[in-house]
Amino acid sequence: MSNATANAVAGKKIVKKSRHLDPQMIPTIAAVVIFILMLIMGQVLFGTYIRLGFISSLFIDHSYLIILAMAMTLPVLTGGIDLSVGAIVSITSVVGVKMTIAGVPAPLAMVVMILIGMVFGLLAETLIEEFNMQPFIATLSTMFLARGISSIISTDSLTLPSNNNFDWIANPIKIIDNPKIANDLTFNMGVVIAIVVVVFGYILLHKTRTGRTIYAIGGSRPSAELMGLPVKRTQFIIYFTSATLASIASIVYTANIGSAKNTTGVGWELDAVASVVIGGTIVTGGFGYVLGSVIGALVRSTIDPLTSDFGVPAEWTTIVVGLMILVFVVLQHVVTAFNKKE
Amino acid sequence: MPSNLTWSVIAFIVLIIICTIFYHGFLSLKWNTNTGGLAGPLITMIQESARYLMIAAGMTLVISTAGIDLSVGSTMAVAGAVAMQMLIGGANVWVAILCALLVGLLIGCVNGALVSILGLQPFITTLIMMLAGRGLAKVITSGQNADASSIPGVAPLHWIANGFIFGIPANFIIAVIIVLIVGLLARKTAMGMMIESVGINPEASRMTGIKPRRILFMVYAISGLLAAVAGLFATASVMRVDVVKTGQDLEMYAILAVVIGGTSLLGGKFSLLGSAFGAIIIAMIRKTIITLGIDAAATPAFFAVVVIIVCVMQAPKVHNLSAEIKRKKALKAQSKEVAA
Repeated sequence: MSNATANAVAGKKIVKKSRHLDPQMIPTIAAVVIFILMLIMGQVLFGTYIRLGFISSLFIDHSYLIILAMAMTLPVLTGGIDLSVGAIVSITSVVGVKMTIAGVPAPLAMVVMILIGMVFGLLAETLIEEFNMQPFIATLSTMFLARGISSIISTDSLTLPSNNNFDWIANPIKIIDNPKIANDLTFNMGVVIAIVVVVFGYILLHKTRTGRTIYAIGGSRPSAELMGLPVKRTQFIIYFTSATLASIASIVYTANIGSAKNTTGVGWELDAVASVVIGGTIVTGGFGYVLGSVIGALVRSTIDPLTSDFGVPAEWTTIVVGLMILVFVVLQHVVTAFNKKE
Repeated sequence: MPSNLTWSVIAFIVLIIICTIFYHGFLSLKWNTNTGGLAGPLITMIQESARYLMIAAGMTLVISTAGIDLSVGSTMAVAGAVAMQMLIGGANVWVAILCALLVGLLIGCVNGALVSILGLQPFITTLIMMLAGRGLAKVITSGQNADASSIPGVAPLHWIANGFIFGIPANFIIAVIIVLIVGLLARKTAMGMMIESVGINPEASRMTGIKPRRILFMVYAISGLLAAVAGLFATASVMRVDVVKTGQDLEMYAILAVVIGGTSLLGGKFSLLGSAFGAIIIAMIRKTIITLGIDAAATPAFFAVVVIIVCVMQAPKVHNLSAEIKRKKALKAQSKEVAA
């Protein structure tokens, strides 16, 4: 009898343990560890990383990437992808700056930017759901369409006129004012917007029925359909939201940089995919976290200063990022295969 | 139902008519004694089509296994960068060509190994390679646009891209021969059928004794090698590699050529002849854009619209709709007969 109890206890312990350390969490945990290690390494070697100033600029300069990572999380969770996010940033920023130069008030320009993003989201969604195109082909063509149109509009570098109403997003707000600038803790409205987007994504994915449907589609679309879940409507929400968030990222980025060009955002779709994948979302869909993507975006953002401090030429950055995604995709693959065996 | 080939030929003729209306000398052919070949707008179009033929052929095989190779454009840039940088470094021109081809093959093999052995998704794998390859090309030339036009002894490579055989562009003839070889390998051996069966169901084809992993590995390797050939064509015509622009957007052109040729993006069947026609149509569309004086910046948008239209036309919904219309017509005819 005691033996049986012991077995039961042991069984319970195993269950508890396995719930405590879900193997699928490993990539996300790895991302957190890597982020901390990168900061420590930077601090030890260059002495500028664990400072309030560095953390502030990390968030301020990369708030757009956090929003894009959030946007990319939704399609990747269903096993799809949205390759058009970078091109949407390009077209919306070019249109927005061009309108502001022409004297259109900034709020109106921002509304138009978001509307353009929505139109591209609608187009991609229609192609995917109504005409059975694979997500990456559909968003690849909307990507070319958006980039082409933005190149038609202008191939020059456009600069926002001074005293425009984009400033309120970019103006730094100091929380801790240190005599040393490197120790200032600052943020701006762009960071606030990014946080709002992340909270929105967290609630959408983890607290609503739509979120659960997204995970169900990622697990198995036929099963989700058989269960009577509104798959079509959810797919619509996914691609519509990701394109809309891309245009919000564009507003934040344009405000921070103060200019726009048709080549803005080239390769950002890969940065966003990198953030999502490093953050532990599985590329075949069905598993992942919103907060993981935020960590992924921070890791991706820290690569740039770290490689430049090491004296690595900028050309290497894309190779490093590529290798990093590859390592994480392989890691996920191994973990998933291991899980299936169990 | 008219096949995709008929549509391609019709589209080709329509494009030529449009061009001739806008530029009356479009169809004129002249014998250029300096180069020893024909000259004219159509000849430059054919010269440009050689690179599309190469990447379209590779992409056809990859897509028919239900995969995709987004890295062809970057592979072109890497191969071009290797060749140019080696020529600048004083290497023999044939060694440079061989090394460029080997590097392309190697990139294809890496893609193939990741997709076949590790089982990663093709579009993620090749998307990574697309970005990393661009970085690699920059690393090879240290971020510069390597220019080998003033290096002596590059004549053979220059001839490959700009020379003529019996008055016809040499690169076009080479490309056609390579496509023919691939076609013969695919259709006169069991290879083509095996590729298609892997595209339909890898598990079932494994059970019938086909080795899906080997087939997958092979198609990506071939795609990489052919992309390297395309890279040589693209860079040798000016003997210069532009690490940003060489091969830029060409993955889209290759996909478009394959789709125009009637190969389903879901895999399982392919038509190399169709893709070859598709590649020539791409070159023709580009020529039309230039002839009409449309801004070069508009090209990607233009191609995106064509892809969307072609894909929508291939969609099951549209097919069902046309079938429905036919059925209704037949029913009407029948009821008329009955009434009569």
